[in-house]
Amino acid sequence: MSEAVPPGAHDGSPAASLDDLSTRPLNIALAGQPNVGKSTVFNALTGLSQHVGNWAGKTVEKKTGRVVHEGRQIELVDLPGTYSLTSGSEDERVARDYLIMERPDVVLVILNAASLERNLYLVAELLALPYPLVIGLNMVDVAESHGLKVDAHVLEAALNVPVIELVATKGRGLSPLLDAALRFADQPESFKPNRPVVRAKHRPVLDQLDELLEGHSPEGYPPNWTALKLLEGDADMAALVKHDLPDRWPAIHDVLAQHDDAYIDIAGGRYDWIARMVRAAVVEPRRGVTAVTDRVDRVATHPFWGLAVLLAVLAALFGITYTVASPAAGALSGLVLGTFSDFLRSALAGAPGWVSGLLVDGIVAGAGTMLSVVPIMVVFFAVLGLLEDVGYLTRTAYVMDRYMHWIGLHGKSCVPLLLGFGCNVPAVLATRTIEERRSRILTMLLTPFMPCTGRLAVLVFLAPAFFGAYAPWALVGLIGGNLVVLALIGLTVNQLVFKGSRSAFIMEMPLYHVPNARTIGIYVWRNTWAFVKKAGTLIVIVSAIVWALSTYPGPQHSDSVLGILGRFLEPAGALVGLGDWRLIVALISSFVAKENSVATLGVLFESASSVGAAGASLATKVAAVLTPAAAVAFLVVQMTFIPCVATITAIRQETRSWGWAGVSIGLMLVVAFILGLIVYHVGSLF
Amino acid sequence: MTWLSLMPAGSRAVVSALPGAHGLAKRMIALGLTPGAEVRVLQNRGRGPLLIEVHCARLALGWGQAAKVAVQPVAADEVAVASEACPGELSEEG
Repeated sequence: MSEAVPPGAHDGSPAASLDDLSTRPLNIALAGQPNVGKSTVFNALTGLSQHVGNWAGKTVEKKTGRVVHEGRQIELVDLPGTYSLTSGSEDERVARDYLIMERPDVVLVILNAASLERNLYLVAELLALPYPLVIGLNMVDVAESHGLKVDAHVLEAALNVPVIELVATKGRGLSPLLDAALRFADQPESFKPNRPVVRAKHRPVLDQLDELLEGHSPEGYPPNWTALKLLEGDADMAALVKHDLPDRWPAIHDVLAQHDDAYIDIAGGRYDWIARMVRAAVVEPRRGVTAVTDRVDRVATHPFWGLAVLLAVLAALFGITYTVASPAAGALSGLVLGTFSDFLRSALAGAPGWVSGLLVDGIVAGAGTMLSVVPIMVVFFAVLGLLEDVGYLTRTAYVMDRYMHWIGLHGKSCVPLLLGFGCNVPAVLATRTIEERRSRILTMLLTPFMPCTGRLAVLVFLAPAFFGAYAPWALVGLIGGNLVVLALIGLTVNQLVFKGSRSAFIMEMPLYHVPNARTIGIYVWRNTWAFVKKAGTLIVIVSAIVWALSTYPGPQHSDSVLGILGRFLEPAGALVGLGDWRLIVALISSFVAKENSVATLGVLFESASSVGAAGASLATKVAAVLTPAAAVAFLVVQMTFIPCVATITAIRQETRSWGWAGVSIGLMLVVAFILGLIVYHVGSLF
Repeated sequence: MTWLSLMPAGSRAVVSALPGAHGLAKRMIALGLTPGAEVRVLQNRGRGPLLIEVHCARLALGWGQAAKVAVQPVAADEVAVASEACPGELSEEG
């Protein structure tokens, strides 16, 4: 029997809603394995009209975008990149739930022509679902440059599924791709693909399962597909059937227990089918090309040189950020806090004192200071995005694997941690690629120890005033020390909590490819825009609140609500050299967002001073109240202080437990305090 | 019959059996490491992860996981026949 249900075999299939197609937007899903250029296709199709949200009840990022093609409205949904639909990762669950529950009109599958066989595995799985497919054969230019030619027409004839050649980076083939999708949206019954067939050995078992199900299945799931997933040992499906069809489950369970290795055979059958499809389509076999990837990998994945490359890349990342972005940030800060503040203050000269105070000393000093770190974000995300797009980030996983074992993790944890340099929140989400819960939780606990751009912004802002000409070296030392601390904590937590158990490492190393400016541009734009929005909303509000709480009841700042709270905590702060309540308040406000420390210092120090203080002098004023040892201690505590609220929320959602979020807060609080103690007291000896 | 972890860099082998653990085996399958698939070992330093190529895709595989994959080595003279069309390969004549 065929693996799949014929189209329209279950009620409510796309065909049933044909009549309202002219009025409602078409629902088209974009699927594909990782590293096929799917985001490039999505970006090219939707441009900046995309909307980023979350899947219902999940923290997995959901990207949707509106496209108008041939006068038709299309709602394009970017499914998470998944290798299959069966192995049970969070991403696969999201993709699968979407396909089953939302019933897209058409599914676009993007394949990488350079790794066609493995990519077709997902097509083999998708063909078991009752939706029309259109295949976008991407990166045909890359494949050809490697001496590999895939004949799209032959592949199309073999599969009887439209195959459109794409070069998404140049926008080639996108229009025909949508043309084909529209054809099927209007006539879903015209989709008659060749579907993979289950090997003879297991057909009787599949029939037996079908009989036991008697056309029943958990709501929304096609019965044939249910039987197939059960035979594939799909734990989610088994749980669903057990719950929804308790009467039938015992008999089904008996059958499954006798064939618990059928999944290998089913997968083998799919690869047999793929081999037949590909045999005719690949027309120009390899001609002994030594590809760039081989040559680069000989260095980049070498146990010693690979590590050297990684260190050099990180040095370049911070070097570029510091040298390019810092001056720009300084200039912007001077403009906002100096020129603009002065202008605003004089413009508001006639208004009541509190209006000028709130606007100039509160909001502009706070949110304005924040905006001045935008150049740092832009440069940093641009370099990080470049490394990811080229394919280098996965190599760090390979190089670091042996060292990650020391802290009970494996190479895969390296990618989320590196993304943590950008922002801890996507880093926590990126741990989804780690299959074992234990490794995943440990990685999540370590992620907030990665100095994110918010924290780096604070460092970069204050370091020149604290360390003068030695600032770059101080930054290297602080970030390096931060990473050492991270490793030590990993080592300790792994030994104490997880008893040093190990987990499995397997991941794809995509071929290196030429970076795409548009992909990186959108990456930078999205991250920076999210930050600017935060500065424009959350940080404006917090700055206003900090200003109000630090001004009233008054008359002195130290008599205000925050002043009283800060002074109450001064004895604890004094232990780590932070005897000034304003620094304590700055730390506490970093809970909202790490970069808020600067905003808060801006409010507390600016308003204490006379008119027209430029941004550069804010750092100088902070430096003035601190001894050198206390200055270092402040930065160390700032870097390891509790995760920001967004990170905590992400950890809570990903672990589905407030417990682990609490552990993360407690762990960081204790570590920050101990490190502050050590740094301050050792530093004071000199 | 031997284990993938014992195959030197530059050698080829056909997978004959996957690890018994279902979770690991399923992840291997999704990444193309199936019984019958031909694997080319790109890097294996005796410890630390292996770099392999299977179904024209490169995978990093922990040494401990490679030690659970049973393989049948492919003799050097069969290589020319058995090799598939994959980009990025360092071929014998190259």
